[in-house]
Amino acid sequence: MKFGVVVFPGSNCDRDCFYTVKNVLKQPVKYIWHKQTKLDDIDCAILPGGFSYGDYLRTGAIARFSPLMKQIYRFAQKGGLVIGICNGFQILLEAGLLPGAMLRNKNLHFICKYVYIKTETNKTPFTNFCSRNQILKIPIAHNEGNYYIDKSGLKTLEENRQIVFRYCSQDGAVNNQSNPNGALANIAGIINKNGNVLGMMPHPERSSEKILGSEDGFLIFKSIAAWLNPKI
Amino acid sequence: MVKPEVYKSLGLNDNEYQKILDILKREPTPTELAMFSVEWSEHCGYTRSRNWLKLLPKKGKYKSLIGEDSGGIIVDDLAVIFKMESHNHPSQVEPKQGAATGVGGIIRDIFTAGARPIASLNSLRFGSLTQTYNRYLLRGVVDGIQFYGNCVGVPTVGGEIYFDESYTGNCLVNVMCIGVAKKTKLARARATGYGNSIMYVGSSTGRDGIGGCSVLASHEFKESEEKRPAVQIGDPFTEKCLIEATLEALATGYVIGIKDMGAAGITCSTSEMASAGNSGMEVDIARVPRRESNMQPWEVMMSESQERMLVCVKKGKEKEIERIFSKWDLNAVVIGKVTDDGVVRIKDKGKIVAEIKAHSLTQSPVYDMPYKKPNYLDRLNKLDINKIPEPKNYNETLLKLLSSPSICSKKWVYEQYDHMVQTNTAVLPGSDASVLRLKGTNKALAATADCNSRYCFLNPYRGAQIAVAEAARNLVCSGAQAAAVTDCLNFGNPEKPDRFWQFKNCMEGIADACKFFDIPVVSGNVSFYNESPKGAIHPTPAIGMIGVINDIKKVCTQYFKKENEIIILLGSSKEELGGSEYLKVIHGLIKGDAPQLDLRLERAVQQTAQEAIKKGLASSAHDCSEGGLAVTLAECCISNNDNVMGALIDNLDFIGRKDTALFGESQSRIVISCNKKSAGKIRAIAQNFAAPFRIIGTTGGKNLKISSGKNVLINLPIKRILDKWTNSLQSLITA
Repeated sequence: MKFGVVVFPGSNCDRDCFYTVKNVLKQPVKYIWHKQTKLDDIDCAILPGGFSYGDYLRTGAIARFSPLMKQIYRFAQKGGLVIGICNGFQILLEAGLLPGAMLRNKNLHFICKYVYIKTETNKTPFTNFCSRNQILKIPIAHNEGNYYIDKSGLKTLEENRQIVFRYCSQDGAVNNQSNPNGALANIAGIINKNGNVLGMMPHPERSSEKILGSEDGFLIFKSIAAWLNPKI
Repeated sequence: MVKPEVYKSLGLNDNEYQKILDILKREPTPTELAMFSVEWSEHCGYTRSRNWLKLLPKKGKYKSLIGEDSGGIIVDDLAVIFKMESHNHPSQVEPKQGAATGVGGIIRDIFTAGARPIASLNSLRFGSLTQTYNRYLLRGVVDGIQFYGNCVGVPTVGGEIYFDESYTGNCLVNVMCIGVAKKTKLARARATGYGNSIMYVGSSTGRDGIGGCSVLASHEFKESEEKRPAVQIGDPFTEKCLIEATLEALATGYVIGIKDMGAAGITCSTSEMASAGNSGMEVDIARVPRRESNMQPWEVMMSESQERMLVCVKKGKEKEIERIFSKWDLNAVVIGKVTDDGVVRIKDKGKIVAEIKAHSLTQSPVYDMPYKKPNYLDRLNKLDINKIPEPKNYNETLLKLLSSPSICSKKWVYEQYDHMVQTNTAVLPGSDASVLRLKGTNKALAATADCNSRYCFLNPYRGAQIAVAEAARNLVCSGAQAAAVTDCLNFGNPEKPDRFWQFKNCMEGIADACKFFDIPVVSGNVSFYNESPKGAIHPTPAIGMIGVINDIKKVCTQYFKKENEIIILLGSSKEELGGSEYLKVIHGLIKGDAPQLDLRLERAVQQTAQEAIKKGLASSAHDCSEGGLAVTLAECCISNNDNVMGALIDNLDFIGRKDTALFGESQSRIVISCNKKSAGKIRAIAQNFAAPFRIIGTTGGKNLKISSGKNVLINLPIKRILDKWTNSLQSLITA
């Protein structure tokens, strides 16, 4: 199994994702430059956090036009696993690989802190190592994480069980108080209908080692590895 | 003939102008005059401070590295490079961009040394938040730091913010950056080797920031509003690309030297790189990529456009370097070459516009400034504590202190900074020091920035010593051994003898304390002329200190961990209140002398805490500082949001007035918590180092209760304390 971490100019969690896969998950991984027009032989593409193209214009709006994104699109259509974290999630929204859009955080500030999220479904390649409703302690760090989708879109997400993570309190309460950024229905992460493209605002790579204050994010990396190679 | 008002408007005096004539043996061209004016400014040339900077020790326990633009220490096979720098005046004029470019500039100083920037800290000072403009400044500065730091991907992991009237009209924005490199991979800021190429890389050049360092940074601050165009505009996205491209370029081995174009842009980088390499340099500025048309040669030379660097490249390897920078969509243009005549020769389309010996630019005049103790000081130092009424209600006093903006939680600020990117932050902001693991090793770094400028105002020598001692104490509380210092020296107008007296005494204080603790000062920055029409700021020698933790598993934090643990006070409380936050907030006084400091006692207390943490005996350790012991204990109870708990303090040694024991700011005190079995072992360690040791209470419960015999002085629900401490800053800002 091979992981590829996409590097856009302005990505700044690329090295963190690379480190987590290589040194914590101990799986092969390589960087994929955004100007590449061919996608290497990989099983899972990670679109990392950061400020691709400075997030100028609108988060993810320029990155989606990178030459590589066409290949990511094709890879996803063929069922390849794609995970977009933070800015990566924003890019997936702009690219139309996931539905909805991001608004600025409700308090109009960048927010960096540990939050709790509830795993709404563990029947995905990205959460099969979690138990259902498991609460994860995981950090967020973004300016635009206030997820929005129209009413019918939300209904579709809910009917298809596409909402993977919701912000919650330490003991699992999903409500306004436990919603850090104003995201609709406390949505922290969603998956596409086919179940192979996940976008999430919180950073699993920042919570994959005890020394960083939480290992809960590592469950997501372990889930991907287990999905790709059930023998592990 | 150059008219005096011309060179005076550039900040040069008559003598300096005469000296320029003597050096050139002719009239300077406009470009040359501009070049001298910036290189000989205090900001670039340290003309007024240099004689005193010599006092600072350069050697310590770890091998120190003193580079052209930054310094550091060697830890095993790694070089840890760091530096703190001010961006005060630009921030006062235009807080968001002023602070943002402050962050960008110091980050460039680190990666041009070949080190990947791994963290930033900052030390900020503002006037009272009751004034609208000060609130605007705080909001703008925080916005600038988050805007730049978050995008560039360098975590802002810690710092300090204080509020005092003396900063109204002249806020302070000091930013520190830390980087790490393999020790064999460091880069120098010099140009050597006849015929090697000089390349310009990064953003294009515009008219922004012209005169920033000579006009904004080297004069008193009056007509600030008119100087807005002298503030630069930052582009963190370009800087992020520049970091990656530069580190990639350095890895090729084809880069002989590299320097950031910060203050005074091309002028500074050409002359200082040539001078540092004992070389000359010839560049044609017609080749400099521009973003504005019709720029005059002197404007190109003075521009402080951001995110640009000058690189000396091995002849024949220019294409390799260009390829790397164009991969990141950045300019990389050969603009000249290294020569061997020691002259910096600037051409514009082949025509010479400046021709000066590099050394004569960089060997700026040095002045011995007169100094005199301020008249007001003796009066201020007198404090009769018997005239200070004791609090009637200790609960209310504590709550008031905890909601003072200088003491309360800075969560509103640091949650706007990405403090976790790069996945090294092992102790997040909100403890005594931030801790960063060093990937690939078992070690970690601890970092802090400290300075109580009120102490420095009341007693510059001791105040500066306390800044060093407190920084070291903060590091010790996180499990580290203090290793090295960068200082950012913020003072008023050095031409006024009372201001210079403060500077001189602070220098002596830092030097003596650093020598005592065997900590070198490896880098730093001087910022004079921090004055508003109302007078000078409090002297503020901010101390950025780095410590080393040899075993990452032995990291310690300030908050209580478990109920029913023993609470120990190392060190002892004296009956003193001088310079305290209590005097200021409760009694409206800035008075008395700075707290006493016995360096040997300080060392004994630090060694005890260090040993206890190293042996795994301490559950928590927290330094006692502003607000005194009561505030320290409250912070131990509440600063871990996920696990707040109360404490029962029933065995304090009240030698005199109770308010001095609870709110006085005696130095050399650390509060430790530990399990019952460990207490005896810590007592033995304390005895060994001759540090005062006393068990003062136990953790647990829902209240913080402090009593003296049967007399309960403080009894407050933790929730109430937490609420006051957490929400005060935000409510003051949004008031």
